[in-house]
Formats: sequence, structure tokens, C-alpha cells
Amino acid sequence: MPGSKSSWAVKIVAVLVKDLRAEYRTRYAVNAIFLFALTTLAAVSFSLGAGGIPGHYLAVLFWIILFFSALSGLAQSFVKEAETGTAVSLKLNAADDAVFFGKWLFNLILLLGLECFLVPLFLVLLNADVARWPLFLGVVLLGSLGMVSATTLIAAVIATAGVRGALFSVLALPILLPLLVPLVRVTEYCFLADSVAGSDELTVLAAYAVVATVVGWLLFPFVWRD
Amino acid sequence: MWWKYLIGLLMTGMIIAVFTLPPPQTVIGDASRIFFFHVPAALLGFLSFAAAAIFGVIYLKNRQPSADRRAAVAAEIGLTATVIATISGAIFAKVTWGAYWNWDPRQTTILGVLLIYAAYFALRQAVADRQARARLSAVYILVGGAIAPFLFFVLPRLYSSLHPKDSLVSGQGQFVLTLPVALTFAASLIAFTLLGLWLFQLADRAERIKEELEIKGDYTRLPRTIPYWP
Repeated sequence: MPGSKSSWAVKIVAVLVKDLRAEYRTRYAVNAIFLFALTTLAAVSFSLGAGGIPGHYLAVLFWIILFFSALSGLAQSFVKEAETGTAVSLKLNAADDAVFFGKWLFNLILLLGLECFLVPLFLVLLNADVARWPLFLGVVLLGSLGMVSATTLIAAVIATAGVRGALFSVLALPILLPLLVPLVRVTEYCFLADSVAGSDELTVLAAYAVVATVVGWLLFPFVWRD
Repeated sequence: MWWKYLIGLLMTGMIIAVFTLPPPQTVIGDASRIFFFHVPAALLGFLSFAAAAIFGVIYLKNRQPSADRRAAVAAEIGLTATVIATISGAIFAKVTWGAYWNWDPRQTTILGVLLIYAAYFALRQAVADRQARARLSAVYILVGGAIAPFLFFVLPRLYSSLHPKDSLVSGQGQFVLTLPVALTFAASLIAFTLLGLWLFQLADRAERIKEELEIKGDYTRLPRTIPYWP
């Protein structure tokens, strides 16, 4: 039933489940994103060697690794549809809103899954101590929401454009830049026990996620339909 | 046509007024005069980006190639004006803070704005199909337009910046310019905006002629119709 709320949720979940099942069978995005994150983290900790680094640099490295890992994997969901030729049947069988939010949720799950693996490894390899766990988890979650909101639409643009690879980072990174400074600041507070936490930053991060999601949702049909 | 002569008059009068009317500022001296070029350039950059976003909306509504062309031309002028604002700001920063670039929040965020619009042109170059390029770049300029306010307004206020805020209105909410200086400033705002409009008109016409020649397949004749120098 188009229009009623329950069927909306059902359609979104249907797209999500389809993507998760396809991902389970091919492990296309998971391989790309996890291996990229692992190699980047290894390269960073190799180059730094032993010895602690100050909280500010720790926060910078943390988000740079996460940003570029996300950029390596989050485009896959749409690019795969274009490459395997399944985009047409998806257009026929699912509403635009369901596709957008299904992919949005898929990307969020992918990114949160990556973080479950990357965050402990980062903390262990770089000898980082988190002084404020609730704030840290909150800022990681808000950062992920912001990244996913902005990149889902850009991924659709890339897949439609028929150009892959570097262009995704070129298009997505400037859009993600407003996230980077507040994220690094708050994460820095989490590593250093003595500084004050910024609730202003958290508001900005939440506002960014809302704005990017709404804009993505409104503009998605123009990308998806010719 | 008449307003193009007005630009010439306004610009000339404004430049003379900028160097004669306001007294040198007490702390930084004559460097304060950069204000009359920096702020209008920044305003022109902002207005052009807004115009580009509006043409993006128009394109998505009516799918006319003219709207796509105008969005691109507006973004081009906006990028140029923002580069001018960034460079004049950097010169001012060298005089007042001692370094051209010191990652002040204003400088960081203006770099972000420049990157968004550079990415817009990267996207335009990467897509060969005319209609897909128009559609996707309209979407991207709107995403950029929705995110740019975070860079223009939110982040610079979140972190303490050295960027002057009280050049026009003092901390007490009082207008600080004397009437002749305020008129000079208004003239420079109007002159820059009109110059932007004229540039827009010219660039739009040049792009339209190029498109028409491309469609006619007469593109090879283009070099012969433009007089070579000398």
C-alpha cells in the first residue's frame, strides 16, 4: 500500500535485506572497506612506531583513517547496482524513497560494522586511552550518521555518472569537510580527560546529519530517475 | 547598456574614494583599505553561488539546457570572486597577523567552499553525456549549496576567529562608518555586483554561441571567426 507508514518501513527493510544478502554472498563492499581500513591503520602505526602521541594528533589520525576508509567503501552499494545491471530492476520494483533509505541504512550498518573492528584496533595499536567513553561513542555515532547521510547521495551520483574511483572522494570530501573539524575537536576531548566537552559541536554534527539526509532524500529521485 | 558605463564610473569613483576618503586606520594603517575590495568580492562569491543553486533548481524543474549553462557560468564567477576574496584576505592576514595562511576558521572554511565548487567542475568534466551532466551537476550544486552554510556561517562562529567582525557594526550594535565612507562601501558593493552581472552576461553568451556551434558541427570554424592576435 503506497502511502501508509508501515509499508514504507517494510519497503525500506526489503531493500536493506536485499543489499545485506547480496553483500553476504559477494562480500564486495566489506572486503574493500575493511582491508582499506586495516592497511591504512597498519601504515599509520608502522610509521609512528612506539611511543605515545598527543591526543590532538590521535584524534586527527582517527578521523582521517575513518574518512578515507568510508570513502573507499560507501560508494559500492550503488556502483554495484550499475555494474551488474540490477539498477533497472530496482528502479522498477522499489520506490525511490525506499531505495534511498535502504541504501542509507545499509551504508550505516557497513560503517558501524567497520568501526566495531577498527576502533578497538586503533586504540590498542596506537596506545590510546579514552577518558570519556559515552562522549566518544556518541561522537563516533554522530560522525558516522553525518558521513552516511552525505555520501549516500554522492554514491548515487557517481554510479549514474558512470565514472568510478577517484571522483567519489573528490566529490564527497569537500561535502564532508564541515564534519571534520568538530569531530576532531570532540574526539580530542575524549582522549584528554582534562578539557571541557563541547555540546555546541555535537549540535552541529547532529544538524549536519539531518540537513544532509533531508537534502539527499529530496534530491535522490533526480539522480535515480532520468 | 547604460549600466555598463555606470560600472566604469562607480569603480573609478570608488577606487579614488577608497584611497582618499577614509583616514588610515590607527593600528594597521593603509592595509585597512583592503576591506573595500575584500568584502564586495566575498559578497559576489556568495551571491554567485546562491545564483548557481537557483539555476540548479530551475534546471531540475524545467530541464532547459540554458539553466544548466547559467548555473555553470554563475559557479565559475563565484569561484573566481571567492579566490579573489581568499587572496585579498591572505594579504590582509600577512599585514595584521604576520602570515598569509594560519588556518584561522575563516580561512579553513573558505578553502572548503572553494573545494566544493572545484569538485563541481571536476564532475562536469567527468560526465560526457550532456543531459546526465546537467542533471548530476545540478544535484551536486544543490548539495553544495545546502552544506556551504555550515562553512560560511556555522563553523566560523563555533571557533574563535581573528577575522574582523566589527568593521561595519560595533560590538554595541552601532554603525561605525561615517557617511562618506559608508557611501564608498555601498558604491563598491554595487560596483562589484554589477560587474559580476556583466561578466555573467558575457560568459553566458560566449557559452551559448559555443554550444550552438557544437550542435551545428561547425566547431572547427570557430578559430577562424575569432581574430588572432596580433
